[in-house]
Amino acid sequence: MDDIAIVGIAQTKYERKKKDKTYFDLVYEMATAAMEDAGMTLADIDNVVTVSNDFLDGRTISSMAVGDAAGAHDKNISTVEGDGTFGAFYGAMRVLGGFGSTLVVVHSKGSEGDVRYVTNGMFDPVYQRFLGIEAVSASALQANRYMHRYGLKEEDFAEVAVKNYGNAKNNPHAHRQLDVTVDDVMNSEKLADPIKLLDCSPLSDGAAAIIIADEARSRKAKTRPIWIKGMAHCSDAYFLGDRDLANSEALKSAAQKAYAMAEISDPAAAIDVVELYDAFSYMEPLWLEGLGFSKPGKGVELLKQGVTPMSGAMPVNPSGGVLSAHAILVAGLARIIESVLQLRGDAGQRQVEAAKTALAHGINGPCGQAHCVWILSNEN
Amino acid sequence: MAQRVAIVGTGQTDHKSHRADVSGREMIQEAVQRALDDCELSIKDIDAIVIGNMDHFESINYVDCWSVEGSGGVMKPIMKVTTGGTTGTSVAIAAYYHVASGLFDRVLAIGWEKNSESDTTAAIITCSDPIWDRFSYSGAIPSLATEASAYMKQYGATQEDAARIAVRDRNNAMNNPHAHLRRPITLEDVMASPMLAYPIKLLDVCPRTDGACAVVFAADGKAQKLTQRPAWVRATSVRHTYTWFGDSTDYDAGLVSLQRASREAYLKAGIKNPAEELDVAELYLPYTYAGLKWIEDLGFCGPGQGPRFVGDGNTDMGGKIPVNPSGGVISTNCIGATALLRVAEAAIQVMGKGDARQVPDVDLALATGFGGCFWSDVMILGAGRP
Repeated sequence: MDDIAIVGIAQTKYERKKKDKTYFDLVYEMATAAMEDAGMTLADIDNVVTVSNDFLDGRTISSMAVGDAAGAHDKNISTVEGDGTFGAFYGAMRVLGGFGSTLVVVHSKGSEGDVRYVTNGMFDPVYQRFLGIEAVSASALQANRYMHRYGLKEEDFAEVAVKNYGNAKNNPHAHRQLDVTVDDVMNSEKLADPIKLLDCSPLSDGAAAIIIADEARSRKAKTRPIWIKGMAHCSDAYFLGDRDLANSEALKSAAQKAYAMAEISDPAAAIDVVELYDAFSYMEPLWLEGLGFSKPGKGVELLKQGVTPMSGAMPVNPSGGVLSAHAILVAGLARIIESVLQLRGDAGQRQVEAAKTALAHGINGPCGQAHCVWILSNEN
Repeated sequence: MAQRVAIVGTGQTDHKSHRADVSGREMIQEAVQRALDDCELSIKDIDAIVIGNMDHFESINYVDCWSVEGSGGVMKPIMKVTTGGTTGTSVAIAAYYHVASGLFDRVLAIGWEKNSESDTTAAIITCSDPIWDRFSYSGAIPSLATEASAYMKQYGATQEDAARIAVRDRNNAMNNPHAHLRRPITLEDVMASPMLAYPIKLLDVCPRTDGACAVVFAADGKAQKLTQRPAWVRATSVRHTYTWFGDSTDYDAGLVSLQRASREAYLKAGIKNPAEELDVAELYLPYTYAGLKWIEDLGFCGPGQGPRFVGDGNTDMGGKIPVNPSGGVISTNCIGATALLRVAEAAIQVMGKGDARQVPDVDLALATGFGGCFWSDVMILGAGRP
């Protein structure tokens, strides 16, 4: 793979309801801010990839609303519908395929719709949808499967939530910054057994943008280029019953491909910081297992042994993760952006010292049907 | 360096207004299997998949995830790309970049729509801004009727001029076993069909179709081994120029998105005189007047010359540049697949697999997509390795 890098980043503050802005306002602001960050103007942007979802926006061809705002007026443009990590993946392929630079912009305003209907729409319209299943209840099935398989406790997951809400206090962009205890999580309102309110990410409004550039453009950028060393994605089966919900084969496949591209043989040794898609507290240890950082069923031990807190050898979600801010679609791109901040050394109070290699991760579909894994480095 | 990319196989379903015999996923699988058969591959040989449709027609969220039992995406990278009417070309262009990037060698592009499950206009009008555009100027027909009226006023084109496009495309469809509408029509039939919105009559516009299309893209080195005559991607270009329908109404300027996209594509492919150098064109013409006006925007002829260029037979089978040997969009319109069908049909012409609809000795073929807010996508395919 040719050398390509992320040279510009921008993200909004994530919050429950951005009453004062339309989503095209947010897209315009983030596109502009990412260009400023990179020291680029619109003339330096060769093409644009927008990411949006027609269900979330309540509009068919949801990309139609944001082309102008993303600066794509007389440029090549396309639109990915899915998590921001997948949109960024397409943006990176367009640089590898000949464009000098791609601007990737993602938005969502969950506050404008009912996320239960939006996520219910992921399920089979004939056999499943009328059961009322949606993101939270499906994830509860996955959490139960995971606990049952390995004898895990709800408290194990609550500890993850406590860590990530605490980390979020160092992240000015986070939506939910909380000083809570395991008891607080355990006593929070039950949504779908075993998931409680504080096991579940909040629904946020937000937007984010990155600029990916080829080597020549990257050298000219204002910021330190963060090089893309590996990236891969993979989808599992559709029906939940066709998958092993406590063991994501798709994540393993994506991770192994990304590690191979980045020439990483021992990920635990090579990776300094991880930003992963913890839409629910149980997902962090489950995805850490899929990423190969622990044996199956032992993901929760990484926190107990002090590996994944800020003080550990491989902090996971220094930003507070998706549990602390969940603008759907945007959240995956935010993982990439947080990784870039870490590798630039610009992460402020959430900075992991001397981070050289970072892993960012996003998911698509119910219970993490598809996974996208990125390996980034500040060394070329 | 970008890898060179070629199309090595295409597949399409048997298109109908209502495919009651298959589910959406089964319909997708029908197209995928035919595309794989065309280049003698199995799904195991496919490295990645790109799929697209328009969500609100079937009301499936995360179609990439839902589709895997039909698309073959289980334990593969699959991505959804969607841009309205241009979805099919956007999917094709995304598959092209998958291969060009060097990350994947054999990539499947899929477009599909089961329009029988939808209320097409109800779903389409929500593309417009809910406050400013939706209640005044939305849906497919109003903006096209305005464009057609402006064109007729500016250049004196007639309804009969436009009807000739329907006669051409619908009669071409007689040569395409996959086409949805396969009944020959006359100029009188078009003129006598019910008026929908002046000057557009029923036989001036596309139908709504259930169908899917799949196309296999392969890398240089692999492509030559998979088929004797690959259709090389010579250029792609996209202009999604407008966000507001109100901005797209400078009809004196023509279809600006198509002018700009086609000029960029011609430049990339080294084409100076498209009508002379292109051997065939599969154009996304959702209604007949586009067959007059948009060929001017493509530079086939000068402004206002469309009716005469078409009337002289230049775009007929056997003419200077045959347009839509497949029967085009007026004969088959499964929306998310429609623009990918243009790419597939252009590839079929280059590969020499067009049977009764084959144009002899095709070296360069043009495919276009149209959709969104007067947006245009262009792909140029050629027999020669770029």
